Amino acid sequence: MKEVVVISGKGGTGKTSLAASFASLACASAGLVLADCDVDAPDLHLLLHPEVRETQEFRASRKASIDAAACTGCGLCQAHCRFDAIRELQVDPLSCEGCGVCERICPAGAVTVKEELLGRWYVSDTRCGPMVHACMEPGEENSGRLVSVVRRRARELAQERRADLIITDGPPGIGCPVISALSGADLAVVVTEPSLSGAHDLARVLDVSRHFGVPAVACTNRYDLHPEGAEAIEAECGARGVPVVGRIPYDPVMTEAIVRGKPVVEFTDAEVTGAIRKVWERILVYLCSGAEPSLLKRDG
Amino acid sequence: MGAGGISGPRISVPRTPGPGLRTWAHATFGYRSSLGSPWQAGRSYGVVALRKGMTIAVASGKGGTGKTTVATNLALAIAAQHPVQFLDCDVEEPNAHLFLKPRIERTLAVEIPVPSVDRERCTYCGTCADVCAQHAVGVFPGQVLIFAELCHGCGACALFCPEGAITEVGRPVGVVEAGRADQLAFAHGRLNVGEAFAPPVVRAVKKEARDHGIVIIDVAPGTSCPVVEALKGVDFCLLVTEPTPFGLHDLKLMVGVVEKLGIPAALVINRADMGDAGVWTFCRQKRIPVLMEIPQNRRIAESYARGIPLVRTDGEWAGRFAVLFRRIRALVEGPGSRNGLRGSGCERSSGDQR
Repeated sequence: MKEVVVISGKGGTGKTSLAASFASLACASAGLVLADCDVDAPDLHLLLHPEVRETQEFRASRKASIDAAACTGCGLCQAHCRFDAIRELQVDPLSCEGCGVCERICPAGAVTVKEELLGRWYVSDTRCGPMVHACMEPGEENSGRLVSVVRRRARELAQERRADLIITDGPPGIGCPVISALSGADLAVVVTEPSLSGAHDLARVLDVSRHFGVPAVACTNRYDLHPEGAEAIEAECGARGVPVVGRIPYDPVMTEAIVRGKPVVEFTDAEVTGAIRKVWERILVYLCSGAEPSLLKRDG
Repeated sequence: MGAGGISGPRISVPRTPGPGLRTWAHATFGYRSSLGSPWQAGRSYGVVALRKGMTIAVASGKGGTGKTTVATNLALAIAAQHPVQFLDCDVEEPNAHLFLKPRIERTLAVEIPVPSVDRERCTYCGTCADVCAQHAVGVFPGQVLIFAELCHGCGACALFCPEGAITEVGRPVGVVEAGRADQLAFAHGRLNVGEAFAPPVVRAVKKEARDHGIVIIDVAPGTSCPVVEALKGVDFCLLVTEPTPFGLHDLKLMVGVVEKLGIPAALVINRADMGDAGVWTFCRQKRIPVLMEIPQNRRIAESYARGIPLVRTDGEWAGRFAVLFRRIRALVEGPGSRNGLRGSGCERSSGDQR
């Protein structure tokens, strides 16, 4: 079983559109499980229309609360909170990290730290295979842990169903949700765009994948908006030994496909579809170098 | 930020919390800026006239909708008329410097305090491991393991160690770089590669905030802790989206965040001539004002790709962003702001406006 995660550093480069397209291309020849690990702002379900089979609550965030009746107003909790989460003996739940210092230091036993609902995660069916996805409550923390839960469930499902492949739609950035989505995966597909921001963020996210020992390949979306930029990005990838698996042209049909709620490869036969198909074939080559050539049956 | 913090005194438990208590936290990653706490954000209800400045955050939920484009152009468009400071709080992927090209004058290391165990004094009682909510400490017979990358720096282990065997040392997690870009004061943060925990770096950037003039904050995508950290205490949040089902879905999540924080918000719709009508319908239902629309066109996309701000490409855009700023100021400071969009519910509030 192989796990490929689509990330980008910069947001809005086309991760989800490509992940859904890869899913559509892959499911014809391989047993597939999908995971949407962008739990802050998940969008894959808008293209794959999962039917939810199982809903789970995710409770991990811990928040302090002060029992005003028991509180003597000594202020120790406030003095020891490193996160400025207690002011005038009121807990600000958005600043509270749930570390529990206040609970332990309170001489009156007035502070308790309770688990709170942080988000929900779902196991669903799509026509491309089962999908695990999640959604955070707005403004919550610990999204990295929710990502870990989603990935673990996706791996279990893949084992149960003897699936060959997990395709993960990852979050933007380089912080905890990205690290959770990336670590231990077989291949990172970095989707970038030929802007200065895209190039800058690509370099950072490639550093992260190297840091965690995950091999990466890159592809440039909307390359023709700034061809010199695309070349610079490919040169940067070359210098780092990161294979470039293709270029995808700019085409407003990508947006139309989103509006219609379909992976772009199912929506059109335009040039972009051919380009995405090629990208996926080359991803499979890197993913399967030396192992499980069955994945390549149809495409290679 | 402090070297002083690193060698600072071990925290003892004071019987009464004196005002002079300076813990590691306040020296190193404390957040005592003029921005105040979220619960004070409502101060513009009554004390508008007393305020010396205004803090505007630019956020989106979905990535790549044009946050940095809007934030940088807004800053440049008003920099000649107002003292403006730009804070890039997307510390995972900071991009504003690519457009503003600041001259960096100061670099500050951002550290969080992590435990260091004095093996002479340690009795391996396991208290530190018990009190650690992040499971960053493991105690075995004759051995204490510290997983520093999991540590959030709450200080519980040092505080509750019965032997006084734990001191705290600074562990670098990122940097803040500050300087100027022509008329703009500028600062941004960079989370170190491989670090998971962005909020301390966001807090450190926000500590640079001035207490006067206009402060513009570029926020990371998403809706979780780094976003909340950047939004805490701001006067206004400008949401940027694109009119697609993805943009709409993530906009709804982001509206949930600003409602929870009680921050007044309005919208800029980027690439406004593509996609579908869902975003406008949602804004009408929620009564969220749409302050600006930016069309999808190749010239804009190309100048973005090359790192050229829109306001530098033609004067029309400078004018439009100046108008955007006037609209924001009217929402924040105008008579509408008292019952305006503030609080849990853009919907309720604008209802009052009518």
